[in-house]
Order: sequence, then structure tokens, then C-alpha cells
Amino acid sequence: MSSGTVTADQARTLIGERFSGSTVEGTTALTVTVTPDAWLPFATFAKETLGCRFFSFLSANDWKDEGLEVVAKVDNTDTNLAILVKSRLGAGVTTCASLVPVYRGANWMERECYDMFGIRFEGHPDLRRILLQDDWVGHPLLKSYSVDTPYPPYR
Amino acid sequence: MTTVSTTRQELDYAGSERLTMNMGPQHPSAHGVFRAILQLEGETVVGVDAVIGYLHRCHEKLAETLTYAQYPSIASKTDYVAAMTSEFAYVMAAETIGKIEVPKRAQYLRVITSELQRVASHLLWLGTWCLDMGGALGGGATIFLYCIREREDILDLFESLVGARLLYGFYQVGGVRYDIPDGWATKCRETVDLIDQRINEYQRMLEENPFFLVRTQGVGVISRELAEDVGISGPLLRGSGVAYDLRRATPYSSYEDFEFNIPVETAGDCFARYRVRMVEFRESLRIVRQALDKLPEGPISSRPGLKSVAQTRIPKGETYARIEGARGEVGCYLIADGSAKPYRMKWRGASFSNLAVLPHVIPGHKVADVVAIMGSVDPVFGEVDR
Repeated sequence: MSSGTVTADQARTLIGERFSGSTVEGTTALTVTVTPDAWLPFATFAKETLGCRFFSFLSANDWKDEGLEVVAKVDNTDTNLAILVKSRLGAGVTTCASLVPVYRGANWMERECYDMFGIRFEGHPDLRRILLQDDWVGHPLLKSYSVDTPYPPYR
Repeated sequence: MTTVSTTRQELDYAGSERLTMNMGPQHPSAHGVFRAILQLEGETVVGVDAVIGYLHRCHEKLAETLTYAQYPSIASKTDYVAAMTSEFAYVMAAETIGKIEVPKRAQYLRVITSELQRVASHLLWLGTWCLDMGGALGGGATIFLYCIREREDILDLFESLVGARLLYGFYQVGGVRYDIPDGWATKCRETVDLIDQRINEYQRMLEENPFFLVRTQGVGVISRELAEDVGISGPLLRGSGVAYDLRRATPYSSYEDFEFNIPVETAGDCFARYRVRMVEFRESLRIVRQALDKLPEGPISSRPGLKSVAQTRIPKGETYARIEGARGEVGCYLIADGSAKPYRMKWRGASFSNLAVLPHVIPGHKVADVVAIMGSVDPVFGEVDR
């Protein structure tokens, strides 16, 4: 079985065998939840074993007291296998492994994620703000940052 | 009397020193506000630092404060050159979570407007790109004016359908807002036929122009491996040899009812991306014709007349809805918490990922090629910065 021909059912089995702490949902588009320490290994596995070479996006969700969750989406453009992978970092944790060594597309996506959520991606070659200016205070997509919070320069 | 120093400082032009050149944020070839800090050795670019964010309007934060009925018209302001398709991604996400059915007629109207929008967007791309490459094409303004002329016809069609020419608010959760007026289908067919003829004319004008070929062939080559790794999509990805089109890969809105081809080029250069888009023009027009022929009767929305905020609520859920926009995969990752507003919305702008490929491609090219490469990427900064 080459990595170009993995179907959703095969992928489900492969993920279950390789990542014991993970859960898999969905039939055609899979949603996989992994532990934070499996974040980078899973990306490598998805690219090399499942043939998901297309990097769609990376972002995060703020679940308030439960902490942050990182989300990434990768596709296999030959079999149309789509994988949305998620990982809860845990309350108060703002560090995560960078996916740049695996997917070059993660570079700008992680910069945006750092900009908006303040997540520090360890191993990112150039982690700085991308959409907001360098002296911006706060990370706007956190739920604690309300729309009308008076942060400079709009104070 | 002061004496003028005649000592001249000798500069070493052996190619050992680097020049930092700033391009933008206000640069005509950027088609928006984009700054590239180029490191030059002579006239060759060796490094690029792309600076974006000048047009950032907090779309994702804004979406958390607006209801499912309010946001679609704001979504059109992400990719304002292809406003129809950006609304589409958002309403599709809300419909998926809410399990809201869309009547067949509304699905067909969505297909017609999306495909006309793709043609209008590609026309603007072709016109401005040729204008960027200017001198080589005998001024370049010829193609630009021709393309704008044809784009006007499509905008006229949208105006008579929606009442707006740039930002439409045509898509609603559950359907579309307006049905086509009397005589619209006939006018649409005439426009489609006219554009179809003129595309041939442009193709001859450009492909028989050796300057155009020199400026585009072999310039800005994106390998298949790099294309997928960075996540570029749409005509760029298909120009790099990947036959991946969401209309075929994950059909939505009845795209499976229509016959169309997916053009693929393997060279990965500016010319390949141009060729892909030239075929897409015709395929889009072909889909419009088929959809007009087969347009079913029936309602245009499954949820007419929303009168209160309570009616806009959708149940708890999470989805990633994506459509094939003019520039590639436009995606909306939506988390609903059961209220009338989303808990979280992530917008995947096709142009954001498409632009992210520039730092990998530009080094090694001349400054003049930067303009040609950037134009072939067709970024819309409303969608990059969101």
C-alpha cells in the first residue's frame, strides 16, 4: 500500500494502531484528536504514511478555563482523504510544537496563530506577529480580549 | 571660496554587497497593500520578507459578534473581487452544522453566480496582470481595458440580480436572497456567448506575442511538492500538476450535475497558471450554460423571512466547509455553541496560503520578474489579511 492510495477506513485503522491516545470521528473527512506530545509525530505520520501532503490551514480555539486547542487540516489530494487534527494543550499552556519542519505552509499559519492567540510554537524559525504590528498589546482572538477592550493604540 | 572635493568614493560592484530594496506597501503591482522587503545582489533577488496585515479588519473576531444572518454580507468583504464565493463558504458551514437543506433552484442559482463570479475575477486578474507586465505587451493597457469591458457585463448581470456591483449579500443560510428577474437568463446567455468568443481573441493576442512568452515561461516555477507543502490551491495548484478541484473532489451545491473539465498544467510557471485560468474561463461559462438550461422551478430558500434573532440559531456543532473559489480553497471552520452567533470562526483565505509561497519562489529571479510572479499568484489582500 503506497501512501498515495490510503482510504479513510485504512487511515482510521492506521491512526488507531499508531496513536493509542487518539480518537477518530467521521466517515470521509476524519476528525482526529491527539495528545499535545503527539502533535508533531502525527503531522509527520499524516504526511508520510497517509499521504496527506496538502497543508490546508492551522489555527486554534480558546476554550476559556479549559485552555487552548490547536487545529490543523491536511488533505491527500489523490484520494481526497481529509484530516482535521486537534489537540488540547491544557489549561494555562501556551506552548506547542511547530509543524514547520514537516509542512512549510505552517510557517505563516503559526505566525498568525501566535499573533491571535499567543501560542509559542517551539521550533518555528521566525515566530513574530504577522497581521498586527510588532508593538501590539494582547492577542485578540482570546476570549478574554473583548472587542471593545481599550488596548493601545486605540485607547 | 570653498573647494569641491573631487575624491570619489569607489563602490565595489563585484556583486559582493547586498542592497535592501523596499517594495510597497503602496505599489501598483501589489493590487492592494503589500510590502516586500527584497534583498538584492545586483538585480537578482536573494531574499524576500513579505509584510502583510495592512488590511486586517479582525474578520474572525467580528464573526463572533454577528449572527448567522448578519455575517454573510460581511464575509463578502474578505475576497472582495470574488464576493459571491466568499459568502458561499460561510453559509455552507452554517447549513452543514444546522442540517439546513437548500432547495435545488437555490443550489443552481448559487452555481450560476459562483461561476460568473469566477469569470469576472479571472478577467480582472488577466487585465491587471498584463498591465503589470506593461511595456512588454505594447503598453498592456489594451488587454486591461478589454477585460474590464467584459467584466462590466457580468457586473451588470449581478446588478440586475442583486442591486449591487461589488459586494452582494446574495447568499443566505438556507438559500439565496433573490430569484432571477424576467429576461435575466436570456441576457446571461448573450453575455456568456460574447465572453466565450473574446477569450479566444485574448489568447491569440497574448500567445502570439513573444514578449509575453518570455516574461512568463519558465518564470516563477512552483514544484508540485512545494505547492502541496505550502498549501497553495486553485489555479496555482493545478498549474503545478495537481488535479485537485473541490468542485470535483468534494462536490457541493449540485456540482455533480454538470459536466466540466479540470485543466491541469505540469510546468508550474507563470505561463502554466495563465493557461489553467484560460481554460477555466471556458469551463465556467460551460457550467453557467448547463445550469441555465437545467434550472429547476421551486423555492429559492428553505428559511424565508427570518424575523427574529431566535430564528437564526443553529445547534451546537463544528465543521469545516470549503468551496472552490476563483483563487482556490476558501474555507470556513465554524464552531457553533447553540446560540445565534458562532463561538469561533476561522477563515481560510486562499490568497493567504497562495501568497505564502512567494518567499520560496522569488529568490533567484530578477526584480522585474517579481511583478510577473506576484501577478500570476493573483492575491486579493482583503482575503490575505482578513
